[in-house]
Amino acid sequence: MIEGARWRRWVFFHTPLTLFVVGLLFPFYWMIVTTVRPDRELYHPWNGPNYTPFWTFHPTLEHIRDLLTETLFSTWMMNTMIIATASTLISLFCGLLAGYALSRLKFPWAGTIGTGIFITYLVPQTLLFIPLADIIRNFHLGDSPWALILTYPTFLIPFCTWLMMGYFKSIPKELEECARIDGATRWKAMIYIVFPIAVPGILSAGIFAFTLSWNEFIYALVFLSSPEQKTVPVGVTSELVRGDVFYWGELMAGALLGSIPVAFVYSFFVEHYVSGITGSVKG
Amino acid sequence: MAQVTIRSLNKKYDEVHAVKDVNLDIRDKEFVVLVGPSGCGKTTTLRMVAGLESITSGRILIDDTVINELPPMDRDIAMVFQNYALYPHMSVYDNMAFGLKMRKFEKPEIQKRVHEAAEILGIQEYLKRKPRQLSGGQRQRVALGRAIVRHPRVFLFDEPLSNLDAKLRVQMRVELKKLHERLGTTAIYVTHDQVEAMTLGDRVVVMRDGWVQQVGDPLELYNQPANLFVAGFIGSPAMNFASVRIAAENGSLWAVGDGIRLKIPAAMTNRLGGQAGKAVTFGIRPEDLRVANDADPAEMSIEAAVEVIERLGSEILLDVAVGPTTMVAAVEPTVTAKVHERLRLAVNPHRLHFFDTESEAAI
Repeated sequence: MIEGARWRRWVFFHTPLTLFVVGLLFPFYWMIVTTVRPDRELYHPWNGPNYTPFWTFHPTLEHIRDLLTETLFSTWMMNTMIIATASTLISLFCGLLAGYALSRLKFPWAGTIGTGIFITYLVPQTLLFIPLADIIRNFHLGDSPWALILTYPTFLIPFCTWLMMGYFKSIPKELEECARIDGATRWKAMIYIVFPIAVPGILSAGIFAFTLSWNEFIYALVFLSSPEQKTVPVGVTSELVRGDVFYWGELMAGALLGSIPVAFVYSFFVEHYVSGITGSVKG
Repeated sequence: MAQVTIRSLNKKYDEVHAVKDVNLDIRDKEFVVLVGPSGCGKTTTLRMVAGLESITSGRILIDDTVINELPPMDRDIAMVFQNYALYPHMSVYDNMAFGLKMRKFEKPEIQKRVHEAAEILGIQEYLKRKPRQLSGGQRQRVALGRAIVRHPRVFLFDEPLSNLDAKLRVQMRVELKKLHERLGTTAIYVTHDQVEAMTLGDRVVVMRDGWVQQVGDPLELYNQPANLFVAGFIGSPAMNFASVRIAAENGSLWAVGDGIRLKIPAAMTNRLGGQAGKAVTFGIRPEDLRVANDADPAEMSIEAAVEVIERLGSEILLDVAVGPTTMVAAVEPTVTAKVHERLRLAVNPHRLHFFDTESEAAI
């Protein structure tokens, strides 16, 4: 029986978990290896002698140097950072207030509005960018960061609202009622009691919103045209793929550097983030 | 100094009429308990007093001011919730100080009041802890402390002991009683537990389906229940009921039912005279039944067959069959009865209850 339990642990736990971890981490490994691999190894034919696809003996930083000096990568990083931060803040602010109202205040059609907001989130961006392009043109916002700062909230606000609604619902109503009896107005009860308790939820919504806008591709591709306005995902793919020439080293270096801020944000808040997703408040 | 007056209070949700025409006069320093089964409107009534629930119609006054439209913060009340509702992100001290901070008290005054309350409740050592580091009983004390630091005019309690285990509940019940005697603040307390209601309340309000059934001091409810519901709800084990017919024979009244034939004492004949020939509900409390001896007259006893024997130590509960109904008799621990044994139970003639079968009101 005990031996049976042991092989079961291997079959149902250790092996699948290992496969899962390897499968998840391999792209990152590939990204790193390709970044530091010299060009002569990168364009080495696979059936040539000494072909070593999974590691390199001559690591180099030339691709990273090229990326930072030969392209506008640092500008793209800055653009992405500004756009992602601004649209995240706007979406968090709106999502927080809307989520609170929909979960706490009694008003007609509250449920319908909540569902309606969620449905707008389900409209695919690949469809929505066509009418949005028209609006952007009419407001003369094309090729400026505002094109993205103002359009990203169209999918971030529903997302934040929905997530915050769920989180607020998990906070006992009595806490707020008690605060209101204790002498707080509804507004103060929200600021002093509800929001501090909702920090894990707010962080999760913020991280998600930030990641979504950091990685966003379609809107950035359509609404921005000049190289110095581009964001990392669009800049890297449009400037480092020229015709059928792929600058693999620089591409991977761009992907690697571009994913560092997101990875940093995740690892920094991971504990809050997990409790925000699994959401529960204990008194 | 605060008296709470409730006049024709009603609460209607879309479909449900939760509170129906409630009238109550709660005197200064009084401890009033609202008790009833779940869904009887007791909590809704309390929440309307707190200002957490809008009032459909009627008035609530504290002293002579109508507070219907006042927001909760301006009513000068404090409330203790069933789940304690401690602010999880604040220390015990900050939890207790929150209400005072919101009211812009000076720091030294806040400190003084919090320490005072902490001392009364014996929670000085925990002031720096977070609520999640406390046990259920300690959390309950903090919740109480948060209420008393404000020196409010009225305390509201919404089933504050329900989340505690049985032993702690009894202990906290005693402490609440002491606390009330010490502070003398008017209190309204909601519970579904009739023992809590009886032990804590100066007066008890029994509610059912939104209606007030009876208001009175605990013994009054116990000895003179106004109707069948109160009679059955107050007291544990509950009062025994049986359907009987009132018959006039040989110049006196008799309660006659299946397995029951009792002579109604002369003192009660006035009240029951008009019921002769009618069917009524007869009620007798378990402790008013005892095993009869030879001296007991047959007309003051009922024949019963023992079904279950529950030995509680201080007494024995006999579940007996009387005709088609089951009754419980609380008898001396020395009684030696056996299951299936037939015996005679003597009734206490001064403690008979009769209720109208239609209206359920006491006769």
